[in-house]
Amino acid sequence: MQTITMKVNGVSTSCDVPDNTLLVSFLRETMGLTGTHIGCDTSQCGACVVHVNGKSTKSCTILAAQLEGAEVTTIEGIANGDELHPMQQAFHENHGLQCGFCTPGMVMSAIELVEKNKNLSEREIREGLEGNICRCTGYHNIVKSVQDAAGKMGG
Amino acid sequence: MPEGTVNQGIGASVRRKEDKRFLIGKGNYTDDINRAGQLHVYFLRSPVAFADIVSINKQKAEKASGVAAILTGEDVAADGLGGPICGWVPTNKDGSAPSEPPHPILANGRVRYVGDHVAAVFAETLDQAMSAAELIDVTYSEMPAITDLKTAIDSTQIHDGMENNTYFDWELGDEAATNDAFDKAATIVNVDIRNNRVIPNAMEPRAAVADYNTGDGRYTLFTTSQNPQLTRLVIGAFMLNIPESKFRVVAPDVGGGFGSKIYVYPEEAVCVWASKKLGRAVKWTADRTQAFLGDAHGRDHISEVKLALDKNNRITGLRVDTLANLGAYLSAFAMVTPTYLHGTLLSGVYDIPAIYTNVKGICTNTVNVDAYRGAGRPEATYLLERTMDVAAKQVGMDPAEFRRLNFIPKDAFPYQTAVALQYDVGDYEPLLDRAMAMIDYANFESRRAKSAKNGKCRGIGISTYIEACGIAPSAVVGALGGRVGLYESAVVRVDPTGTISVLTGTHSHGQGHDTTFAQIVCDKLGVGIETVEIVHGDSDRTPFGMGTYGSRSLAVGGTAISKALDKVIAKGKIIAAHMLEAADADIEFKDGKFTVMGTDREKSFGEIALSAYVPHNFPHDRLEPGLEETSFYDPLNFTYPSGTHIAEVEIDPATGVVELVDWVCCDDFGNLINPMVVEGQVHGGIAQGVGQALYEEAAYNDNGQLLSASYMDYCMPRADHFPSLKVENLVTACTHNDLGVKGCGEAGAIASPPAVINAVVDALSPLGVTDITMPATPQKVWQAIQAAQTKAAE
Ligand code: FES
Ligand code: FES
Repeated sequence: MQTITMKVNGVSTSCDVPDNTLLVSFLRETMGLTGTHIGCDTSQCGACVVHVNGKSTKSCTILAAQLEGAEVTTIEGIANGDELHPMQQAFHENHGLQCGFCTPGMVMSAIELVEKNKNLSEREIREGLEGNICRCTGYHNIVKSVQDAAGKMGG
Repeated sequence: MPEGTVNQGIGASVRRKEDKRFLIGKGNYTDDINRAGQLHVYFLRSPVAFADIVSINKQKAEKASGVAAILTGEDVAADGLGGPICGWVPTNKDGSAPSEPPHPILANGRVRYVGDHVAAVFAETLDQAMSAAELIDVTYSEMPAITDLKTAIDSTQIHDGMENNTYFDWELGDEAATNDAFDKAATIVNVDIRNNRVIPNAMEPRAAVADYNTGDGRYTLFTTSQNPQLTRLVIGAFMLNIPESKFRVVAPDVGGGFGSKIYVYPEEAVCVWASKKLGRAVKWTADRTQAFLGDAHGRDHISEVKLALDKNNRITGLRVDTLANLGAYLSAFAMVTPTYLHGTLLSGVYDIPAIYTNVKGICTNTVNVDAYRGAGRPEATYLLERTMDVAAKQVGMDPAEFRRLNFIPKDAFPYQTAVALQYDVGDYEPLLDRAMAMIDYANFESRRAKSAKNGKCRGIGISTYIEACGIAPSAVVGALGGRVGLYESAVVRVDPTGTISVLTGTHSHGQGHDTTFAQIVCDKLGVGIETVEIVHGDSDRTPFGMGTYGSRSLAVGGTAISKALDKVIAKGKIIAAHMLEAADADIEFKDGKFTVMGTDREKSFGEIALSAYVPHNFPHDRLEPGLEETSFYDPLNFTYPSGTHIAEVEIDPATGVVELVDWVCCDDFGNLINPMVVEGQVHGGIAQGVGQALYEEAAYNDNGQLLSASYMDYCMPRADHFPSLKVENLVTACTHNDLGVKGCGEAGAIASPPAVINAVVDALSPLGVTDITMPATPQKVWQAIQAAQTKAAE
């Protein structure tokens, strides 16, 4: 058991966590932030992607105890009040989601992708999202969403 | 339709109402739900494929920290519980009934596949349950696993009392007429087909949270289901003996289904059973490994196909002999999928006078196989569309022109096939023409030559498909061995202030019903979409309905909504007539207003709604208060979407890697309610079909171990596997439902695998390759090239 302090979606929090608690379980069970999903047990689906210190991170692959002092942002933390993040808005406008299960991870991965390079080609978007599996959309409208958001995020 | 559209009715690409909750992390999936004091259950699964259980020693495990109970097959038997049932049972060709061996929810004396449920361990935390499961000592007496379809028939019986490990031996069509066609044929085409076994892999793993309330004696089950009402019926009436009124089943947000969440599996039933037995709520969530091992798989057929042609290359006969692997136990639709959803589709879009098919459903030591997106129709389409290409090549025709020659002509509808179905409407040539224009089929050879210059092999592949959707007329279902009716239900509840709730028996797990169904309401009642709520997935709230699969929700469920809306309008007219002191027959309803025809006297929809609930002077002999109507709609026929998909691939012969470079399709789904949603469904279906054709394979070894039980070993299609997909539509409206709709959810998955494989074979044919089995992995492609070249050199 360790006491860790981290910022989750901008709010500082201090908790006792068992040594073997994954970040994803900490977020879902301790923090009640169930927007982050678990889609696999081999670190390959990307449903659990959050930002740790601004970087896309598979939260099923990192222990909460490793994150002393970190800033963690989840899907619940990216909208500005009622105003959706441009990536969220773009997924809505372009029908980039169906069942919604992959969506939080997809959106978080896509945000970092676009923040790193606002002039992504379609190929680069497809390769950049290779770590996120979606079973519903065939990726077509996800790629369109990311292209659209990239434009709005200053591409 | 562009952003900012005002039209919210039928035909508008309205942005989805359900998106926001998913986009801000406020979805409500089963694993997001917790109940006070809940226990977690972990299932100890069989590590061997076929064995007698000699003993289970759970003493040590029971004492482990946090463990509340461990239940096994003995407890299930002691409590007299039933197992999952088969919902649709065809008759054997000799008139006898198929074998339906029991499926205990925890194994009783024998395990029959790797992953079979041996014990359920309940503990305070999941970690504790998993650790305790490791302490259970099970002694197995192993028998050789039976995994091969062809040899299964002559092997040890997996279930006592079954013969030849065969669940059923079924036939359809006229064998004598088909034999006659082959006797007279100018050309006979023979093709061996293997339809690979795949795993549905909805991204949300299955889960269940069950709670029993000792106060009112009611059970509540939250679960990942495509049809919560059926789940309630099956668990309540057939497995646990719970009166339906004492059992609430809720399927909240569900993260994809694709068929795998239709069925009732042992885990959900165990959770419900234990919630009362242990006096605590019980939660179970599968991890991905359990999903691979335990979710019903899809496809897994081998077929021998024979096609007869006359001297003009017109098809005169088709014979298909299929072995379908159904796994160790029968899942709910396991028997209907390879029979009535497969054999009846063998005519495709072609005019084939004589067809005969025989299908044997085989039991093996593998997990159950059941309907997966398309369910029988992808298997039928794959074998037929591959055979069309082989036949075209054999007679030296272009595959497009060979298909065109054999299409059912536009003026032949309604068209009675040789395999029971009657197609109501369709027009196949314009779909083929449009798709060919979209991909510039005419200039393909120059693209092939260009690729060849770069050392690449380029190929093009066509698939012209049909499917039967909107399942299904209950009378037909009943006559063919179905144990259910396949109508759908809707309640339209108008509130006093004019807002509207639509309660539907279908379930949305990605299909966008919250929006599409609301559009039907907007269109009919002339109200804004924000006033409409679609309610689904809660057996306490919705009427009894059959759920979502078989591309039925709109064609059947949407029609039920439309009919309930008609009743609301009819009653509104009577209320309006009363309020406006006119005759009922003089009231017309248009643009949200009830008007006395030929006058300006009118009442808005909102005024009528309010008056229905404030009926101070209603004539009670002819007008009841309230504005709420129900419809149970039983369809008159299946619906028949069709279309053409064309794939273009480029293959590097040095590595065997297949790159999908272009995809076009032109589909006919009848009228479209929301074209944006329809396109999304097509994209997703194509991706699943491409996955099956190029990447996915559920591989068992000879010992019955599932080799592809994680995303490291099972290749899922990813974003970089696809080009941009070009999707268009043409419309022939369905003739027998109010909305003229046909359904679109499965089309992509049905059409796409043969398009891909036809393209791959076309690309490799200059090298002498004539066939390749799915999935066309780099290894397989490379080996096929080497084999063809070795043969050529000999
Ligand atoms: S849950 Fe699949 S990558 Fe984290
Ligand atoms: S929207 Fe369902 S998995 Fe992506």
